[in-house]
Amino acid sequence: MAKYLLLKHYRGAPASVNDVPMDQWTPEEVSAHVQYMQDFAARLEGTGEFVDGQALSPEGTFVRYDGAGRPPVTDGPFAETKDLIAGWMVIDVENYERALELAGELSAAPGAGGKPIHEWLEVRPFLTAPPTISD
Amino acid sequence: MDEALLRTLAPTVIGTLVRRGADFTAAEDAVQDALVEAVRVWRDDPPRDPKGWLVTVSWRKFLDAARADASRRHREVRVDDETMPAAGEGVDDTLQLYFLCAHPSLTPASAVALTLRAVGGLTTRQIAQAYLVPEATMAQRISRAKRTVSGVRFNQPGDVATVLRVLYLVFNEGYSGDVDLAAEAIRLTRQLAAKTNHEEVAGLLALMLLHHARRPARTGPDGRLVPLAEQDRSLWNTRLIAEGVDVLQTALTRDRLGEFQAQAAIAALHADARTAEATDWVQIVEWYDELVRLTDNPVARLNRAVAVGEADGPRAGLAALATLDPALPRHTAAAAYLHERDGDPVTAARLYAEAARSAPNLPERDHLTRQAARLNAQLRR
Repeated sequence: MAKYLLLKHYRGAPASVNDVPMDQWTPEEVSAHVQYMQDFAARLEGTGEFVDGQALSPEGTFVRYDGAGRPPVTDGPFAETKDLIAGWMVIDVENYERALELAGELSAAPGAGGKPIHEWLEVRPFLTAPPTISD
Repeated sequence: MDEALLRTLAPTVIGTLVRRGADFTAAEDAVQDALVEAVRVWRDDPPRDPKGWLVTVSWRKFLDAARADASRRHREVRVDDETMPAAGEGVDDTLQLYFLCAHPSLTPASAVALTLRAVGGLTTRQIAQAYLVPEATMAQRISRAKRTVSGVRFNQPGDVATVLRVLYLVFNEGYSGDVDLAAEAIRLTRQLAAKTNHEEVAGLLALMLLHHARRPARTGPDGRLVPLAEQDRSLWNTRLIAEGVDVLQTALTRDRLGEFQAQAAIAALHADARTAEATDWVQIVEWYDELVRLTDNPVARLNRAVAVGEADGPRAGLAALATLDPALPRHTAAAAYLHERDGDPVTAARLYAEAARSAPNLPERDHLTRQAARLNAQLRR
C-alpha cells in the first residue's frame, strides 16, 4: 500500500472546466456537492483506503523566527496571488494508478448546473520509511 | 455490563484510594487500569458488588505499581494493605475531584481531559477519539495535567465557576467517536448539581438540557445545519425541556442571577414558542441585557443585536450591530441575515458569501454558502 495526499486548492491550481463560484450555484447544487464529498469519503472508509481528510480556512499567515528573545515575525494575510490550499484527503491505496483513479472521481464532484466541476487536484506521494531489506 | 454504572463509580473509587494514602496521580492511574479490566471481565463475570470489586482491584493495581516503582528506586514500599486507614465518613470525594480536575493551574484543554477521565471514567482512547487526536497525545496531555495538580491538596475547596467552565466546554464539543460528549457533560453536571446547592450549577444544567432537547432538529438527515427558525419543533424533546425549565425556575427563585441562568432563560423562551413567529423576542432581548450586564461578553452583545433585530425590526438590529467589532465571530453572518430581513438581498448575498469564507466549521460554511446561493438564485429570476 502507498499513501497519497490529494490536495484541493482555493487558488493556484489551473482553472477548472465548470468554474462557477459556489455562491452562484443553486442551494440544491450546493447540497448535492456536499453530499458527493461525504459519500466519497464514506466509500473510501468502506474500502479501507481512507486515512484522513480536513478542510482549511482560507485565512492564514506566514510566520518566521526573528532571533532569540524576539517574537516571531508574521506576514499576512496571504497575497491574492498566493497558492492557497483548501483542504486535503490522505488515502492509502494499492498503487499510483488507484490514487489517480480516486482523484479523478473526486474531481468529478458536481457543481453549477449539477455538472462535474472537473477541478484540478494535486496528487502527491508520501515519502516513506526506508525498507528493512535494502539489498 | 453496565458501562454507565462503571463510569459513575470511578470518581468515588479514586477518592477511596486517596483516603487510603495513595496520591491522586497514582490513584487515578490505578482506577483507570481497573476500569479497563472491568470492561474486559464484567461482561462474562459481573460482580455482585461492583464498587467493592473496583476498590479491591484498583487498590491491588495501585500496590503493584507502587511496589514496582519502589523496586525501581531500590527502596521499601511504604503503603501496604496493613497500613490502610479506614474510609472517611461524610467526605464527598466526587466533588473534590471536580475541583481538582478543573484546577485554575490547568489549561482548559487539560482540565477537560482530566475531568473526562477522572470524574467521567472515560478511557484515554475514548477521550482521544472524541477530540480527534492520537491516543498517545491525549495520554500525554492527561499525565502532564496530573503532574500540574500533584501538589494540590485533595481536600482543598475549589471554585465552582471553574468547574462550570470545564463542563460547558465539554458540552459544546458535541459528539464524534463513540462518546457523546454533550450527553456526558449533562451526566457530569447533573451529578454535580446533586452534590452542590449552587444556582449556577442548576443554571448550566438547565442550559444544557434545553439545548440538548433541540438536538434532533438541529441537523437535517444529510447532516446539514437547520437554523432555529426552520427547525421542526415537533422533534424537540419535551421531556428534556420540561426538566430544563423546572431546574431553571427553581434556580431563579433564589434570586442570585448568573450568566448560565440567563442563557438558560433565553433557551427556555425559545423552547416555549410553539412556532418561530410566537417567540417572545422582547423578553429575550431583556435577558440578553442581563447577560451583557453580567458578562460584558462581545458574543452576547452580538446575539443581542440579532434579537433586537427580531424584537424591534432589522434596522434596529443593524444599528446595534454597528456598535460592535466587525472582527467578532459570526458578525458578518448576522449582518447578512439582518440585511435580508431589511429587504436588501444584494448586500445580504454578498455578506453571506463573505461569512462562508470565514466560517469556523464545515456545516456552518455549507449553510452560509447555501444562503448566498438561495439569494443569488432569487436575484437571477
